[in-house]
Amino acid sequence: MNMPPLLRDIEFAVDLSFVNAKGWILDLLSHIVPDWVVVFASIVISGVAILVLGPVIMMYLTLLERKLIGRIQNRYGPNRVGIWGLLQPIADGIKMFTKEDIVPVYADKVIHCLAPIVIVIPALMVFLVVPFGERMTAVNLNIGLLYFIAVSSITTIPIFMGSWGSRNKYSLLGGMRTAAQMISYEVPMTLSVVPVIMMSQSLSTNKIVLSQSGSYDMNWFIFTPWGIVGFIIFFLCAVAECNRPPFDLPEAESEIIAGFHTEYSGMKFALFYMAEYMNAFTLCGIAATLFLGGWQGPFLPSWIWFLGKTFVLICVMIWFRGTFPRFRVDQLMGFAWKFLLPLTLINILVAGLCHFISEKTGWIYSFIIFSISFWVLVRLNRPWMPEKRHYPLAN
Amino acid sequence: MTQVENRHPSETLEINFGPQHPSTHGVFRMQMLLDGEKICSLKPVLGYLHRNHEQIAENITYAASMAYTDRLDYLNAMTNNFAYAIAVEKLAGIEVPERAEYIRVIMAELARLVNHITVIGFLLNDMGAFFTPLLYAFREREKILDIFEEVSGSRMMCNYFRFGGVKRDLTTENLTAIMQIVRRFPAFLEEFEALLTKNEILCMRCQNVGILPANLAVNSSITGPVLRASGVNYDIRKVDGYSIYKRFDFRIPLGEKGDVYDRYFVRILEMRESLKILYQALNKIPQGEFLNKKTLPFLKMPRNFKPAVGEAYGRIESPKGELGFYLVSDGTPQPWRYHVRAPSLINLTVLEDICIGQKVADAIIILGSIDIVLGETDR
Amino acid sequence: MTNFPSKRKSSGIKQWDHVYTSSVQNAPSHHWLKIFGAGALKGMVVTLKNFVTSYFRKPDQGGIFTVQYPEERYPEIENYRNLPFLVYDGSPDKVRCVACGICERECPPKCIYITMETDVAGKPVRKPAVFDIDYAVCMNCGICEEVCPFDSIFMDHVFEIASPRRIDTGMIRHQEDLLKSSEYLQKIRPKTATMIDEKKRAAEEKKKAVVKPPQGPTV
Repeated sequence: MNMPPLLRDIEFAVDLSFVNAKGWILDLLSHIVPDWVVVFASIVISGVAILVLGPVIMMYLTLLERKLIGRIQNRYGPNRVGIWGLLQPIADGIKMFTKEDIVPVYADKVIHCLAPIVIVIPALMVFLVVPFGERMTAVNLNIGLLYFIAVSSITTIPIFMGSWGSRNKYSLLGGMRTAAQMISYEVPMTLSVVPVIMMSQSLSTNKIVLSQSGSYDMNWFIFTPWGIVGFIIFFLCAVAECNRPPFDLPEAESEIIAGFHTEYSGMKFALFYMAEYMNAFTLCGIAATLFLGGWQGPFLPSWIWFLGKTFVLICVMIWFRGTFPRFRVDQLMGFAWKFLLPLTLINILVAGLCHFISEKTGWIYSFIIFSISFWVLVRLNRPWMPEKRHYPLAN
Repeated sequence: MTQVENRHPSETLEINFGPQHPSTHGVFRMQMLLDGEKICSLKPVLGYLHRNHEQIAENITYAASMAYTDRLDYLNAMTNNFAYAIAVEKLAGIEVPERAEYIRVIMAELARLVNHITVIGFLLNDMGAFFTPLLYAFREREKILDIFEEVSGSRMMCNYFRFGGVKRDLTTENLTAIMQIVRRFPAFLEEFEALLTKNEILCMRCQNVGILPANLAVNSSITGPVLRASGVNYDIRKVDGYSIYKRFDFRIPLGEKGDVYDRYFVRILEMRESLKILYQALNKIPQGEFLNKKTLPFLKMPRNFKPAVGEAYGRIESPKGELGFYLVSDGTPQPWRYHVRAPSLINLTVLEDICIGQKVADAIIILGSIDIVLGETDR
Repeated sequence: MTNFPSKRKSSGIKQWDHVYTSSVQNAPSHHWLKIFGAGALKGMVVTLKNFVTSYFRKPDQGGIFTVQYPEERYPEIENYRNLPFLVYDGSPDKVRCVACGICERECPPKCIYITMETDVAGKPVRKPAVFDIDYAVCMNCGICEEVCPFDSIFMDHVFEIASPRRIDTGMIRHQEDLLKSSEYLQKIRPKTATMIDEKKRAAEEKKKAVVKPPQGPTV
């Protein structure tokens, strides 16, 4: 990048401010304590940062969601607690803490109480491999993406534990839906990531981001034909993975009350809620990492780029929630297996094709391939497509 | 009851939807037997909101019952008043002045708009849209309720109709305000349709779900938009031509298949027809009496209102279907028999037939599309 | 015939002209709209538009229509009816009510209870001794107001009457709670009050003109 040296220095300093702060603390510590304590302290600092970040993000995501949906629906959203309702999440937290904790009489008490704890742990663990900025990945695993896919899919188990342990029929229905939905959407999600791995030739989230640099740090994967399709598929699967509308069948409030968390109250319910929002954040973060260039971007500090991209994606998720009704369970499964899965396979093919031909012809070929396959898939899924109807106006 | 083919025999799950359930539209209960997500049997259980409406009406004066009819179908008190007023006027042979007839038609059609937008909003809520269509619908509904409040004194429990007219005259400001609503409503409907009609998820959820064949609909005496969505051309506004509906030019939209989508779209089209009626009525409304002067003494002394011995059945096309009041007089101030033919209750009778074999989520939207109000169903 | 202001917008009335055709289709009219997913995107545009307009449009034109209740209030509508109250002229002992009991008889949920006052000799006086209304039972129908021959009971505009207690809620209002001045009536329902005053004045003038023989209580 062509920037005056002073500006670049400032940008560099702001960019690495968090990294430098941690280094400074460790430096300070190294004078007074032995080396192994410094290593331990480094882990603790990163861990504490994530443990604080996770819940705070969750709390303010709930506020953001309520505000945005309020505006979509022509109302204000929360505006009573603090200015612009900024203290609303804290008030909600106090309410959750002081609520009575109810355990149903016939529930399997151990599993019932364990489920909310188990669901939060993977949600927090995923934060480890999210690259928040340049040199701001908590653990730079070289199999980061694999770790992410593996850990995030554990979420199915605690949800099913919760639904089974509550001994409630609505919960059971919700649990069955969750298991089916999460496992199905894992497949197209994983396959949509494959082209990214092929192109960046690495599973490390950091390396994937670095492979998207280039002129103005804007050589993002979304600007390629396979990247745009892969991104859309990945994002739709991500929405389904964190049970958000229009794929929120496990907790469909109009059908099965609240699905798997029908019987939960107080803080246990809040933990489920927290896990859902943290999953939404990490999935959007990973989507930004894989396809939108992660923290890459011109001029602004890296972590601002990353958070900006992630929040744009989260806003789209909220926008979905404000617009769409939800699918039915068989249509949901059909959408994953009969529509997204073939499309991901074609996408992998296109990615390979694009790698070997020039960019312009790549765009043309892939456009042709995608339109044909889209048309064929729509045709094959005929029973679910909107019908044309005639409405006579009798006298 | 239709037999469901059971290819993979498995244990069934009996589940009670309601009476406390977010989307049974009140205290309605469905006893379902589920095989996985498929419904094997469904038994509606009614009566949680039974309030002795008919018995109460048989023990109070004719005029006092008017306030109780508001509480039947609490979404459109105006049409309930209308049906009851027509029944009593038939029984006692009361003439209604011209202007009052126009006011009545205007109010009934406004009530139809209110009901249909609310129902579509709630249908979408049942489908899982997070309140957005419902709140857009409420935004428009509020404007109409403001009119109701100005003319009748109450937003929902209007108690506006009187035997031989209405309680209060419409002022010029009221008429202008109604005209403004009528002018702005098509734009809102366009927006509403852009949000919903062609939405693929809505089409997937609604099309070919809960198909009600025309012969079943006729055999179980279904009325209203549900019947017309099945393609049967039957609208009491045209068949009876009660009040002054014969003077207006409007058409009856009919559905093709009788599924949830048709019920949704027929309601949208009916709103457009209502707007047409409103526009014509507002332009033609004459000056004159808003209440038959002969009935004034009965207004001041309801106990003196004693219709001659006889019986009468008055019916109208309420937004939910044929709403009828059957009255038998024995010459006393109280009716000897008072019966309500509630469209919500009778339309509900096909619920089991059209739900079996569908998924749980479908049962909810089928119930939503039939459009019941428990106040009217249980009475 | 009512003459409406003639700002006949083209977007308004013409939009239901197509209803006169013999049938309506639900399918998209533009060819490109037939692509799968276009309907959903169109819906998203609608919500986005509402999101944006909520920041600068007026409530009746698609902006935020919330009324922030305790601070803002809905404009009071004259005909609004909520719960009944009694009117007195001048001072609270000059009650308009004569305890005739018509409202008590005609009240559909039977929430009114009246007894007549007696003087020292035990003779009934045209004034209520007890006038109780159970606000918890009242269904706001307004029949008492309609049937009252003495224009003494009216429907109030007050609606903030919630009680913090579960037992002994104070919902049974006695005569002293129900009495409000005729100025109050003039304030909340100017049109009705003026009409009644004029009617009274006319009746008094008539009385002065024709000297009637003394009458006993008519009830």
